[in-house]
Amino acid sequence: MSLENFLIVAAIIFAIGLYGAITKNNAITVLMSIELMFNAVNISAVAMSRYIVPASISQDPAAADLAVQFLLTGQVFTVFIITVAAAEVALGLAIVLSIFRQRASIFVSDAAELKN
Amino acid sequence: MLGQGTEASLLADIVFWVIAISSIVAALAVVILKDLFRAALFLIVSFLGVAGMFVLLRAEFLAVVQVLVYVGAISVLIIFAILMTRDVEEGSPSNRFRLPMAIFSVLFAAVAIYVALSTNWNTLEASIASGAISGDALEKVKGVYSNTIPTIGHLLLRDFVLAFEVASVVLLAALIGALALIRER
Repeated sequence: MSLENFLIVAAIIFAIGLYGAITKNNAITVLMSIELMFNAVNISAVAMSRYIVPASISQDPAAADLAVQFLLTGQVFTVFIITVAAAEVALGLAIVLSIFRQRASIFVSDAAELKN
Repeated sequence: MLGQGTEASLLADIVFWVIAISSIVAALAVVILKDLFRAALFLIVSFLGVAGMFVLLRAEFLAVVQVLVYVGAISVLIIFAILMTRDVEEGSPSNRFRLPMAIFSVLFAAVAIYVALSTNWNTLEASIASGAISGDALEKVKGVYSNTIPTIGHLLLRDFVLAFEVASVVLLAALIGALALIRER
């Protein structure tokens, strides 16, 4: 269990989500794949925050008390990513439902007014 | 290295690989399964695996948030939307990018794994091993990771307070926007 292990898992989950988001025709599957990509980014942010230590902590003992708090910046970023993901999925599903109400289809290829 | 010394143990490694493999398999099932409802259930398994990884990374607060927000709220929202659109149930067909995108995704993962393995990360364990971090600083680092919630609160309300306030506006805008989108006309 090291930083590399977590980054490998995050890379694999991100690639799976990328594949699903581009190839799938069902809007809900696309949204689920985007959630997978968010989760992969969260794993790597938290893993970086856990394993990488800024050099200033050991170089400058006077500033260490403040600098040591910034070890958790990755976790704070993850809090914001989760917030934005929640807002994104709520809006995305509202758009899917309103498209479904208009044309009885949730396929991405059927909502193509902007094509051509 | 941090805290109770569980991290270097064999048990933690086994738990990590079980969680990692199950969440990768669940993520694959999300994009492969034809049945949308089962795909959503596997998405929940993947979210739970990520929560387990947060626990292994000593981010217990984020693990709780992950269970509350992703497993509790987002997956219920997705299942709700699947059930509302159930009558067009034809699974989730792929478009014509299927094969090129599969190749591209595998290449992307290979490049990312290569970068992760070939970079010389300045990790905490390496700093301890080389003696670059003093014992005094190490005690402070251990103090931060032994109880992360006060530090996260300090960072959120002091250094990232602008982003914190903007996040509340974003949530409000999403709430109003979702209501306006699905309102009956």
